Amino acid sequence: MKKSKVFWGYAVLALVIYAVVQVLISTNILDIYYQNMLITMCINIMLAVSLHIVIGITGQFSIGHAGFLAVGAYVSAIITTKLMLPFPLAIFLGALAAAVAGLIVGIPTLRLKGDYLAIATLGFAEIIRIIFLNTDYVGGAAGMQVLYLSNWTYAFIGVVLTILVISNFTNSRHGRACISIREDEIAADAMGINTTYYKVVAFAIGSFFAGLAGAIFAHNFYIIQPTTFGFLKSFDILIYVVLGGLGSLSGSVIAAVFLTVVSAYLANFPETRMIIYSLVLIVVMLYRPTGLMGTKEVTDLFKFGKKGGTK
Amino acid sequence: MLKVQNIDVFYGNIQALKGLSLEVNEGEIVTLIGANGAGKSTLLKTLSGLLKPKGGIIEYEGFSIAGKAAQTIVKSGISHVPEGRRVFANMSVEENLELGAYLRNDKAGIKKDLDHVYELFPRLLERRKQQSGTLSGGEQQMLAMGRALMAKPKLLLMDEPSMGLAPLMVKNIFNIIEQVNKEGTTVLLVEQNANMALSVANRAYVLETGRIVLSGTAKELQESEQVKAAYLGGL
Repeated sequence: MKKSKVFWGYAVLALVIYAVVQVLISTNILDIYYQNMLITMCINIMLAVSLHIVIGITGQFSIGHAGFLAVGAYVSAIITTKLMLPFPLAIFLGALAAAVAGLIVGIPTLRLKGDYLAIATLGFAEIIRIIFLNTDYVGGAAGMQVLYLSNWTYAFIGVVLTILVISNFTNSRHGRACISIREDEIAADAMGINTTYYKVVAFAIGSFFAGLAGAIFAHNFYIIQPTTFGFLKSFDILIYVVLGGLGSLSGSVIAAVFLTVVSAYLANFPETRMIIYSLVLIVVMLYRPTGLMGTKEVTDLFKFGKKGGTK
Repeated sequence: MLKVQNIDVFYGNIQALKGLSLEVNEGEIVTLIGANGAGKSTLLKTLSGLLKPKGGIIEYEGFSIAGKAAQTIVKSGISHVPEGRRVFANMSVEENLELGAYLRNDKAGIKKDLDHVYELFPRLLERRKQQSGTLSGGEQQMLAMGRALMAKPKLLLMDEPSMGLAPLMVKNIFNIIEQVNKEGTTVLLVEQNANMALSVANRAYVLETGRIVLSGTAKELQESEQVKAAYLGGL
Protein backbone atom coordinates (compact mmCIF):
# COMPACT_ATOMS: atom_id res chain seq x y z
CA MET A 1 0.00 0.00 0.00
CA LYS A 2 2.39 2.61 1.26
CA LYS A 3 5.20 1.36 -0.94
CA SER A 4 3.17 1.73 -4.12
CA LYS A 5 2.21 5.25 -3.07
CA VAL A 6 5.89 6.16 -2.80
CA PHE A 7 6.53 4.56 -6.18
CA TRP A 8 3.79 6.57 -7.88
CA GLY A 9 5.08 9.69 -6.17
CA TYR A 10 8.44 9.17 -7.83
CA ALA A 11 6.82 8.27 -11.15
CA VAL A 12 4.89 11.55 -11.13
CA LEU A 13 8.03 13.45 -10.15
CA ALA A 14 9.95 11.89 -13.04
CA LEU A 15 7.17 12.73 -15.48
CA VAL A 16 7.04 16.33 -14.27
CA ILE A 17 10.81 16.76 -14.66
CA TYR A 18 10.65 15.21 -18.11
CA ALA A 19 7.69 17.35 -19.23
CA VAL A 20 9.14 20.61 -17.92
CA VAL A 21 12.47 20.06 -19.67
CA GLN A 22 10.74 18.88 -22.84
CA VAL A 23 8.62 22.05 -22.92
CA LEU A 24 11.70 24.21 -22.32
CA ILE A 25 13.48 22.42 -25.18
CA SER A 26 10.63 22.69 -27.65
CA THR A 27 10.12 26.38 -26.85
CA ASN A 28 13.86 26.85 -27.37
CA ILE A 29 14.46 28.34 -23.94
CA LEU A 30 17.06 25.61 -23.48
CA ASP A 31 19.29 25.92 -26.51
CA ILE A 32 21.46 23.21 -28.00
CA TYR A 33 24.29 23.92 -25.54
CA TYR A 34 22.10 23.28 -22.53
CA GLN A 35 20.42 20.31 -24.17
CA ASN A 36 23.80 18.77 -24.70
CA MET A 37 24.74 19.45 -21.11
CA LEU A 38 21.54 17.76 -19.93
CA ILE A 39 22.21 14.68 -22.03
CA THR A 40 25.78 14.52 -20.75
CA MET A 41 24.39 14.84 -17.26
CA CYS A 42 22.03 11.92 -17.85
CA ILE A 43 24.88 9.81 -19.21
CA ASN A 44 27.02 10.63 -16.18
CA ILE A 45 24.17 9.80 -13.81
CA MET A 46 23.76 6.42 -15.47
CA LEU A 47 27.48 5.77 -15.22
CA ALA A 48 27.62 6.87 -11.59
CA VAL A 49 24.64 4.75 -10.56
CA SER A 50 25.89 1.73 -12.49
CA LEU A 51 29.24 1.92 -10.73
CA HIS A 52 27.50 2.59 -7.42
CA ILE A 53 26.02 -0.93 -7.46
CA VAL A 54 29.52 -2.40 -7.82
CA ILE A 55 31.47 -0.19 -5.41
CA GLY A 56 28.86 1.38 -3.16
CA ILE A 57 26.59 -1.62 -2.65
CA THR A 58 28.77 -4.67 -3.15
CA GLY A 59 32.03 -3.04 -2.05
CA GLN A 60 34.09 -4.28 -5.00
CA PHE A 61 36.60 -1.65 -5.97
CA SER A 62 36.44 -1.63 -9.77
CA ILE A 63 38.17 1.11 -11.72
CA GLY A 64 37.61 -0.17 -15.23
CA HIS A 65 34.11 1.11 -15.79
CA ALA A 66 35.01 3.03 -18.96
CA GLY A 67 35.69 -0.29 -20.64
CA PHE A 68 32.02 -1.26 -20.41
CA LEU A 69 31.04 2.21 -21.53
CA ALA A 70 33.20 1.60 -24.60
CA VAL A 71 31.63 -1.78 -25.33
CA GLY A 72 28.13 -0.27 -25.18
CA ALA A 73 29.20 2.66 -27.33
CA TYR A 74 30.91 0.65 -30.07
CA VAL A 75 28.42 -2.19 -30.26
CA SER A 76 25.45 0.16 -30.49
CA ALA A 77 27.28 2.33 -33.03
CA ILE A 78 27.95 -0.69 -35.25
CA ILE A 79 24.30 -1.68 -35.06
CA THR A 80 22.94 1.71 -36.09
CA THR A 81 25.66 2.96 -38.42
CA LYS A 82 26.88 -0.21 -40.12
CA LEU A 83 23.83 -2.45 -39.88
CA MET A 84 21.26 0.33 -40.14
CA LEU A 85 19.04 -1.13 -37.43
CA PRO A 86 16.81 1.00 -35.17
CA PHE A 87 18.33 2.95 -32.28
CA PRO A 88 16.32 1.40 -29.40
CA LEU A 89 17.48 -2.06 -30.47
CA ALA A 90 21.05 -0.77 -30.63
CA ILE A 91 20.77 0.60 -27.10
CA PHE A 92 19.52 -2.72 -25.80
CA LEU A 93 22.12 -4.80 -27.61
CA GLY A 94 24.90 -2.41 -26.62
CA ALA A 95 23.91 -2.77 -22.99
CA LEU A 96 23.64 -6.53 -23.33
CA ALA A 97 27.08 -6.75 -24.92
CA ALA A 98 28.51 -4.72 -22.04
CA ALA A 99 26.84 -7.05 -19.54
CA VAL A 100 28.40 -10.05 -21.29
CA ALA A 101 31.76 -8.28 -21.19
CA GLY A 102 31.10 -7.68 -17.48
CA LEU A 103 30.56 -11.41 -16.95
CA ILE A 104 33.71 -12.31 -18.87
CA VAL A 105 35.77 -9.84 -16.86
CA GLY A 106 33.97 -10.43 -13.58
CA ILE A 107 34.11 -14.20 -13.27
CA PRO A 108 37.91 -14.46 -13.14
CA THR A 109 38.67 -11.14 -11.42
CA LEU A 110 36.08 -11.04 -8.66
CA ARG A 111 38.02 -13.68 -6.74
CA LEU A 112 40.54 -10.92 -6.14
CA LYS A 113 40.17 -8.36 -3.39
CA GLY A 114 40.85 -4.67 -2.88
CA ASP A 115 43.88 -3.32 -4.70
CA TYR A 116 44.30 -6.45 -6.79
CA LEU A 117 40.77 -6.26 -8.09
CA ALA A 118 41.23 -2.57 -8.89
CA ILE A 119 44.35 -3.25 -10.92
CA ALA A 120 42.77 -6.20 -12.72
CA THR A 121 39.68 -4.24 -13.73
CA LEU A 122 41.85 -1.34 -14.85
CA GLY A 123 43.84 -3.76 -16.99
CA PHE A 124 40.73 -5.27 -18.54
CA ALA A 125 39.33 -1.86 -19.41
CA GLU A 126 42.60 -1.03 -21.17
CA ILE A 127 42.45 -4.34 -23.07
CA ILE A 128 38.96 -3.50 -24.29
CA ARG A 129 40.13 -0.06 -25.39
CA ILE A 130 43.17 -1.46 -27.20
CA ILE A 131 40.99 -3.99 -29.02
CA PHE A 132 38.86 -1.17 -30.42
CA LEU A 133 41.97 0.86 -31.17
CA ASN A 134 43.31 -1.94 -33.36
CA THR A 135 40.10 -2.94 -35.10
CA ASP A 136 39.88 -1.32 -38.53
CA TYR A 137 36.21 -2.18 -38.84
CA VAL A 138 35.42 0.44 -36.20
CA GLY A 139 37.89 3.01 -37.51
CA GLY A 140 40.89 2.25 -35.28
CA ALA A 141 42.54 5.28 -33.71
CA ALA A 142 40.79 7.71 -36.05
CA GLY A 143 37.48 6.80 -34.51
CA MET A 144 34.12 5.88 -35.90
CA GLN A 145 31.48 8.08 -37.47
CA VAL A 146 28.18 7.62 -35.68
CA LEU A 147 24.70 8.87 -36.51
CA TYR A 148 23.36 11.57 -34.23
CA LEU A 149 20.35 9.91 -32.66
CA SER A 150 20.44 10.66 -28.94
CA ASN A 151 18.02 13.13 -27.51
CA TRP A 152 16.67 14.18 -24.15
CA THR A 153 13.91 11.55 -24.25
CA TYR A 154 16.27 8.60 -24.69
CA ALA A 155 18.67 9.95 -22.11
CA PHE A 156 15.96 10.55 -19.56
CA ILE A 157 14.35 7.14 -20.05
CA GLY A 158 17.80 5.63 -19.63
CA VAL A 159 18.31 7.40 -16.31
CA VAL A 160 14.88 6.44 -14.99
CA LEU A 161 15.40 2.82 -15.99
CA THR A 162 18.86 2.69 -14.42
CA ILE A 163 17.73 4.18 -11.13
CA LEU A 164 14.57 2.09 -11.02
CA VAL A 165 16.32 -1.21 -11.58
CA ILE A 166 19.29 -0.53 -9.32
CA SER A 167 17.30 0.90 -6.42
CA ASN A 168 14.87 -2.02 -6.58
CA PHE A 169 17.75 -4.46 -6.69
CA THR A 170 19.33 -2.78 -3.68
CA ASN A 171 16.15 -3.03 -1.63
CA SER A 172 15.58 -6.65 -2.51
CA ARG A 173 16.87 -9.75 -0.78
CA HIS A 174 19.65 -9.88 -3.37
CA GLY A 175 20.62 -6.31 -2.59
CA ARG A 176 20.83 -7.19 1.08
CA ALA A 177 23.17 -10.03 0.22
CA CYS A 178 25.37 -7.64 -1.77
CA ILE A 179 25.46 -5.11 1.08
CA SER A 180 26.46 -7.84 3.51
CA ILE A 181 29.41 -8.64 1.23
CA ARG A 182 30.47 -5.00 1.42
CA GLU A 183 30.12 -5.01 5.20
CA ASP A 184 31.99 -8.25 5.83
CA GLU A 185 32.67 -10.84 3.22
CA ILE A 186 33.70 -13.62 5.60
CA ALA A 187 30.58 -13.19 7.70
CA ALA A 188 28.46 -13.10 4.55
CA ASP A 189 30.06 -16.36 3.47
CA ALA A 190 29.42 -17.87 6.89
CA MET A 191 25.73 -16.90 6.60
CA GLY A 192 25.53 -19.09 3.52
CA ILE A 193 25.47 -16.23 1.02
CA ASN A 194 27.05 -17.20 -2.29
CA THR A 195 29.41 -14.25 -2.35
CA THR A 196 31.06 -14.94 -5.70
CA TYR A 197 27.68 -15.25 -7.40
CA TYR A 198 26.42 -11.95 -6.02
CA LYS A 199 29.63 -10.11 -6.85
CA VAL A 200 29.38 -11.29 -10.45
CA VAL A 201 25.67 -10.42 -10.64
CA ALA A 202 26.25 -6.91 -9.32
CA PHE A 203 29.15 -6.49 -11.72
CA ALA A 204 27.07 -7.63 -14.70
CA ILE A 205 24.16 -5.34 -13.81
CA GLY A 206 26.57 -2.43 -13.40
CA SER A 207 28.16 -3.22 -16.77
CA PHE A 208 24.74 -3.47 -18.44
CA PHE A 209 23.81 0.06 -17.46
CA ALA A 210 27.27 1.37 -18.27
CA GLY A 211 26.70 -0.09 -21.75
CA LEU A 212 23.34 1.62 -21.93
CA ALA A 213 25.00 4.91 -21.09
CA GLY A 214 27.61 4.11 -23.74
CA ALA A 215 24.96 3.68 -26.43
CA ILE A 216 23.47 7.08 -25.70
CA PHE A 217 26.93 8.59 -25.39
CA ALA A 218 28.02 7.23 -28.79
CA HIS A 219 25.04 8.73 -30.60
CA ASN A 220 25.47 12.14 -29.02
CA PHE A 221 28.75 13.31 -30.60
CA TYR A 222 28.85 12.16 -34.25
CA ILE A 223 32.13 10.37 -33.57
CA ILE A 224 33.60 8.02 -31.00
CA GLN A 225 37.30 7.41 -30.47
CA PRO A 226 39.13 4.88 -28.29
CA THR A 227 40.98 7.67 -26.42
CA THR A 228 37.67 8.83 -24.92
CA PHE A 229 37.43 5.57 -23.01
CA GLY A 230 40.83 5.65 -21.33
CA PHE A 231 41.39 5.15 -17.64
CA LEU A 232 40.81 8.85 -16.95
CA LYS A 233 37.19 8.27 -17.90
CA SER A 234 37.03 5.42 -15.40
CA PHE A 235 38.37 7.75 -12.73
CA ASP A 236 35.76 10.37 -13.60
CA ILE A 237 33.05 7.82 -12.90
CA LEU A 238 34.78 6.64 -9.75
CA ILE A 239 34.89 10.23 -8.51
CA TYR A 240 31.09 10.59 -8.84
CA VAL A 241 30.59 7.56 -6.65
CA VAL A 242 33.19 8.45 -4.03
CA LEU A 243 32.19 12.11 -3.89
CA GLY A 244 28.51 11.21 -3.58
CA GLY A 245 29.24 8.85 -0.71
CA LEU A 246 29.96 5.16 -1.06
CA GLY A 247 26.70 3.34 -0.63
CA SER A 248 24.38 6.23 -1.46
CA LEU A 249 22.52 6.10 -4.76
CA SER A 250 21.13 9.60 -4.46
CA GLY A 251 24.60 10.78 -3.46
CA SER A 252 26.12 9.49 -6.68
CA VAL A 253 23.31 11.11 -8.69
CA ILE A 254 23.89 14.44 -6.95
CA ALA A 255 27.65 14.20 -7.45
CA ALA A 256 27.23 13.38 -11.14
CA VAL A 257 24.92 16.35 -11.67
CA PHE A 258 27.13 18.68 -9.67
CA LEU A 259 30.39 17.69 -11.36
CA THR A 260 28.85 17.78 -14.85
CA VAL A 261 27.77 21.38 -14.25
CA VAL A 262 31.11 22.34 -12.68
CA SER A 263 33.09 20.84 -15.51
CA ALA A 264 30.80 22.37 -18.16
CA TYR A 265 31.30 25.86 -16.76
CA LEU A 266 35.00 25.30 -16.28
CA ALA A 267 35.29 24.40 -19.98
CA ASN A 268 35.68 28.17 -20.58
CA PHE A 269 38.90 28.15 -18.56
CA PRO A 270 40.80 25.21 -20.03
CA GLU A 271 44.09 26.14 -18.29
CA THR A 272 42.70 26.20 -14.78
CA ARG A 273 39.91 23.68 -15.26
CA MET A 274 41.65 20.63 -13.83
CA ILE A 275 43.09 22.66 -10.96
CA ILE A 276 39.72 23.96 -9.86
CA TYR A 277 38.11 20.57 -10.40
CA SER A 278 40.75 18.96 -8.19
CA LEU A 279 40.37 21.67 -5.56
CA VAL A 280 36.63 21.04 -5.39
CA LEU A 281 37.34 17.37 -4.79
CA ILE A 282 39.96 18.03 -2.14
CA VAL A 283 37.70 20.43 -0.25
CA VAL A 284 34.78 18.03 -0.30
CA MET A 285 36.96 15.14 0.85
CA LEU A 286 38.43 17.24 3.67
CA TYR A 287 35.09 18.35 5.03
CA ARG A 288 32.98 15.34 4.08
CA PRO A 289 35.36 12.37 4.08
CA THR A 290 32.46 9.92 3.68
CA GLY A 291 31.25 11.79 0.59
CA LEU A 292 28.35 14.19 0.26
CA MET A 293 25.73 11.76 1.52
CA GLY A 294 27.70 9.11 3.42
CA THR A 295 25.65 5.93 3.14
CA LYS A 296 22.39 7.84 3.55
CA GLU A 297 19.84 8.52 0.83
CA VAL A 298 18.05 11.82 0.20
CA THR A 299 14.81 10.14 1.23
CA ASP A 300 16.29 9.33 4.68
CA LEU A 301 16.50 13.04 5.41
CA PHE A 302 12.74 13.34 5.34
CA LYS A 303 12.02 10.60 7.83
CA PHE A 304 14.62 11.05 10.55
CA GLY A 305 13.45 10.05 13.99
CA LYS A 306 11.21 7.36 12.57
CA LYS A 307 13.86 4.86 11.73
CA GLY A 308 17.38 4.58 13.13
CA GLY A 309 20.23 4.65 10.66
CA THR A 310 19.45 1.60 8.63
CA LYS A 311 20.71 0.96 5.13
CA MET B 1 27.02 -36.21 14.34
CA LEU B 2 30.29 -34.81 13.06
CA LYS B 3 33.29 -36.96 12.28
CA VAL B 4 36.59 -35.50 11.16
CA GLN B 5 39.29 -37.90 10.04
CA ASN B 6 42.85 -37.08 9.10
CA ILE B 7 42.26 -33.72 7.50
CA ASP B 8 45.08 -31.63 6.08
CA VAL B 9 44.59 -27.93 5.49
CA PHE B 10 47.10 -25.60 3.88
CA TYR B 11 47.52 -21.85 3.55
CA GLY B 12 49.58 -21.75 0.38
CA ASN B 13 52.57 -23.91 1.28
CA ILE B 14 52.10 -23.76 4.99
CA GLN B 15 50.30 -26.69 6.51
CA ALA B 16 47.97 -25.50 9.26
CA LEU B 17 46.24 -28.78 10.12
CA LYS B 18 48.16 -32.03 10.02
CA GLY B 19 46.06 -35.16 9.90
CA LEU B 20 43.62 -33.89 12.45
CA SER B 21 40.78 -36.12 13.65
CA LEU B 22 37.96 -35.46 16.07
CA GLU B 23 34.37 -36.29 16.71
CA VAL B 24 31.33 -34.41 17.98
CA ASN B 25 28.26 -36.32 19.16
CA GLU B 26 24.76 -34.99 19.10
CA GLY B 27 23.80 -32.87 22.10
CA GLU B 28 27.35 -32.31 23.31
CA ILE B 29 29.37 -29.22 23.97
CA VAL B 30 32.84 -30.03 22.72
CA THR B 31 35.63 -27.56 23.21
CA LEU B 32 38.90 -27.18 21.41
CA ILE B 33 41.62 -25.39 23.31
CA GLY B 34 45.07 -24.39 22.22
CA ALA B 35 47.51 -21.53 21.91
CA ASN B 36 47.59 -18.89 19.19
CA GLY B 37 48.32 -20.36 15.80
CA ALA B 38 47.49 -23.90 16.82
CA GLY B 39 44.91 -24.13 14.04
CA LYS B 40 41.68 -23.77 16.01
CA SER B 41 40.07 -21.16 13.77
CA THR B 42 41.38 -22.95 10.70
CA LEU B 43 39.51 -26.06 11.73
CA LEU B 44 36.24 -24.19 12.18
CA LYS B 45 36.67 -22.43 8.83
CA THR B 46 37.26 -25.77 7.17
CA LEU B 47 34.17 -27.27 8.79
CA SER B 48 31.97 -24.38 7.63
CA GLY B 49 33.32 -24.44 4.09
CA LEU B 50 35.31 -21.21 4.14
CA LEU B 51 38.50 -23.24 3.59
CA LYS B 52 38.89 -26.44 1.61
CA PRO B 53 40.86 -29.35 3.06
CA LYS B 54 43.52 -30.96 0.87
CA GLY B 55 42.89 -34.40 2.25
CA GLY B 56 40.87 -36.33 4.82
CA ILE B 57 37.23 -36.95 5.56
CA ILE B 58 34.63 -34.67 7.12
CA GLU B 59 31.36 -36.45 7.70
CA TYR B 60 28.27 -34.70 9.02
CA GLU B 61 25.18 -36.78 9.75
CA GLY B 62 26.56 -39.49 7.53
CA PHE B 63 27.29 -37.25 4.53
CA SER B 64 30.65 -36.03 3.39
CA ILE B 65 30.89 -32.24 3.53
CA ALA B 66 34.62 -31.82 2.94
CA GLY B 67 35.21 -29.16 0.29
CA LYS B 68 31.51 -28.37 -0.11
CA ALA B 69 30.47 -24.73 -0.62
CA ALA B 70 29.65 -22.73 2.51
CA GLN B 71 26.01 -22.26 1.52
CA THR B 72 25.47 -26.00 1.19
CA ILE B 73 26.97 -26.55 4.62
CA VAL B 74 24.91 -23.80 6.25
CA LYS B 75 21.81 -25.24 4.65
CA SER B 76 22.57 -28.66 6.09
CA GLY B 77 22.53 -27.18 9.59
CA ILE B 78 26.02 -26.03 10.54
CA SER B 79 26.31 -22.40 11.55
CA HIS B 80 29.58 -20.57 12.20
CA VAL B 81 30.06 -17.64 14.57
CA PRO B 82 33.30 -16.23 13.16
CA GLU B 83 36.18 -14.98 15.26
CA GLY B 84 36.05 -11.28 16.08
CA ARG B 85 32.25 -11.16 15.74
CA ARG B 86 32.13 -9.64 12.26
CA VAL B 87 28.70 -8.08 12.47
CA PHE B 88 27.48 -6.08 9.46
CA ALA B 89 28.35 -2.72 11.00
CA ASN B 90 26.21 -0.42 8.86
CA MET B 91 23.09 -2.49 9.25
CA SER B 92 20.67 -2.47 12.15
CA VAL B 93 20.59 -5.28 14.68
CA GLU B 94 17.40 -6.66 13.18
CA GLU B 95 18.77 -6.59 9.63
CA ASN B 96 21.80 -8.54 10.83
CA LEU B 97 19.53 -11.16 12.37
CA GLU B 98 17.41 -11.35 9.22
CA LEU B 99 20.52 -12.02 7.18
CA GLY B 100 21.28 -14.92 9.49
CA ALA B 101 18.12 -16.55 8.18
CA TYR B 102 19.15 -15.78 4.61
CA LEU B 103 18.83 -19.35 3.33
CA ARG B 104 15.47 -20.00 4.96
CA ASN B 105 12.10 -19.43 3.37
CA ASP B 106 9.66 -20.26 6.15
CA LYS B 107 8.47 -16.83 7.21
CA ALA B 108 6.59 -18.04 10.28
CA GLY B 109 9.59 -20.05 11.48
CA ILE B 110 11.92 -17.11 10.98
CA LYS B 111 9.63 -14.85 12.98
CA LYS B 112 9.49 -17.43 15.76
CA ASP B 113 13.26 -17.77 15.87
CA LEU B 114 13.68 -14.01 15.83
CA ASP B 115 11.45 -13.76 18.89
CA HIS B 116 13.43 -16.55 20.49
CA VAL B 117 16.75 -14.80 19.86
CA TYR B 118 15.32 -11.65 21.43
CA GLU B 119 14.26 -13.79 24.39
CA LEU B 120 17.79 -15.15 24.77
CA PHE B 121 19.31 -11.70 24.34
CA PRO B 122 16.88 -9.07 25.66
CA ARG B 123 19.63 -6.52 25.08
CA LEU B 124 19.30 -7.01 21.33
CA LEU B 125 15.58 -6.38 21.48
CA GLU B 126 16.22 -3.01 23.15
CA ARG B 127 18.61 -2.12 20.35
CA ARG B 128 16.97 -3.74 17.40
CA LYS B 129 16.87 -0.57 15.28
CA GLN B 130 20.36 0.53 16.27
CA GLN B 131 23.29 0.30 13.89
CA SER B 132 25.21 -2.74 14.96
CA GLY B 133 28.60 -1.04 14.54
CA THR B 134 27.70 1.18 17.50
CA LEU B 135 27.09 -1.74 19.88
CA SER B 136 29.56 -2.67 22.61
CA GLY B 137 31.85 -5.67 22.08
CA GLY B 138 29.69 -7.90 24.24
CA GLU B 139 26.51 -6.87 22.47
CA GLN B 140 28.17 -7.52 19.12
CA GLN B 141 29.10 -11.00 20.31
CA MET B 142 25.48 -11.57 21.28
CA LEU B 143 24.42 -10.35 17.88
CA ALA B 144 26.90 -12.60 16.08
CA MET B 145 25.60 -15.53 18.07
CA GLY B 146 21.97 -14.59 17.52
CA ARG B 147 22.64 -14.19 13.83
CA ALA B 148 24.09 -17.68 13.64
CA LEU B 149 21.12 -19.09 15.57
CA MET B 150 18.75 -17.55 13.03
CA ALA B 151 19.94 -20.17 10.56
CA LYS B 152 18.40 -22.75 12.92
CA PRO B 153 21.60 -24.78 13.19
CA LYS B 154 21.87 -28.28 14.54
CA LEU B 155 25.57 -27.73 15.09
CA LEU B 156 26.88 -24.35 16.18
CA LEU B 157 30.57 -23.58 15.63
CA MET B 158 31.79 -20.81 17.92
CA ASP B 159 35.14 -19.17 17.47
CA GLU B 160 36.48 -17.50 20.62
CA PRO B 161 33.30 -15.91 21.93
CA SER B 162 35.18 -14.57 24.96
CA MET B 163 37.68 -12.55 22.93
CA GLY B 164 38.13 -9.05 24.32
CA LEU B 165 35.13 -9.18 26.62
CA ALA B 166 34.77 -8.22 30.29
CA PRO B 167 34.62 -11.22 32.67
CA LEU B 168 30.99 -10.62 33.51
CA MET B 169 30.05 -10.56 29.85
CA VAL B 170 32.05 -13.75 29.24
CA LYS B 171 30.04 -15.46 31.96
CA ASN B 172 26.84 -14.20 30.42
CA ILE B 173 27.78 -15.48 26.96
CA PHE B 174 28.76 -18.88 28.32
CA ASN B 175 25.47 -19.17 30.20
CA ILE B 176 23.68 -18.62 26.95
CA ILE B 177 25.86 -21.22 25.19
CA GLU B 178 24.77 -23.72 27.83
CA GLN B 179 21.15 -22.73 27.41
CA VAL B 180 21.28 -23.03 23.63
CA ASN B 181 22.84 -26.47 24.08
CA LYS B 182 20.06 -27.52 26.44
CA GLU B 183 17.53 -26.51 23.80
CA GLY B 184 19.05 -29.10 21.51
CA THR B 185 21.87 -27.44 19.59
CA THR B 186 25.21 -29.21 19.55
CA VAL B 187 28.13 -26.85 20.10
CA LEU B 188 31.74 -26.98 19.00
CA LEU B 189 33.52 -24.26 20.91
CA VAL B 190 36.99 -22.93 20.20
CA GLU B 191 38.50 -21.02 23.10
CA GLN B 192 41.64 -19.55 24.55
CA ASN B 193 39.90 -19.11 27.85
CA ALA B 194 40.44 -22.78 28.72
CA ASN B 195 39.06 -22.53 32.24
CA MET B 196 35.74 -21.16 31.11
CA ALA B 197 35.50 -23.49 28.14
CA LEU B 198 36.23 -26.63 30.18
CA SER B 199 33.66 -25.61 32.76
CA VAL B 200 30.79 -25.78 30.27
CA ALA B 201 32.01 -28.54 27.95
CA ASN B 202 31.35 -32.26 28.03
CA ARG B 203 34.50 -33.21 26.19
CA ALA B 204 37.59 -31.40 25.05
CA TYR B 205 40.50 -31.59 22.64
CA VAL B 206 43.85 -29.87 22.99
CA LEU B 207 45.35 -28.65 19.75
CA GLU B 208 49.03 -27.88 19.23
CA THR B 209 50.52 -26.77 15.91
CA GLY B 210 47.88 -28.45 13.79
CA ARG B 211 47.66 -31.72 15.75
CA ILE B 212 45.44 -33.02 18.51
CA VAL B 213 47.78 -33.76 21.42
CA LEU B 214 45.28 -34.58 24.11
CA SER B 215 41.62 -35.41 24.38
CA GLY B 216 39.16 -36.57 26.99
CA THR B 217 36.22 -35.48 29.06
CA ALA B 218 36.34 -31.87 30.21
CA LYS B 219 36.81 -33.07 33.75
CA GLU B 220 39.82 -35.21 32.87
CA LEU B 221 41.48 -32.34 31.08
CA GLN B 222 40.76 -29.93 33.90
CA GLU B 223 42.72 -32.23 36.16
CA SER B 224 45.50 -33.08 33.75
CA GLU B 225 48.84 -31.69 34.89
CA GLN B 226 49.86 -30.97 31.34
CA VAL B 227 46.79 -28.86 30.65
CA LYS B 228 47.01 -27.15 34.00
CA ALA B 229 50.55 -26.08 33.31
CA ALA B 230 50.04 -24.93 29.78
CA TYR B 231 46.52 -23.50 29.69
CA LEU B 232 45.01 -23.06 33.11
CA GLY B 233 47.63 -20.81 34.62
CA GLY B 234 50.05 -22.83 36.69
CA LEU B 235 49.67 -25.69 39.14
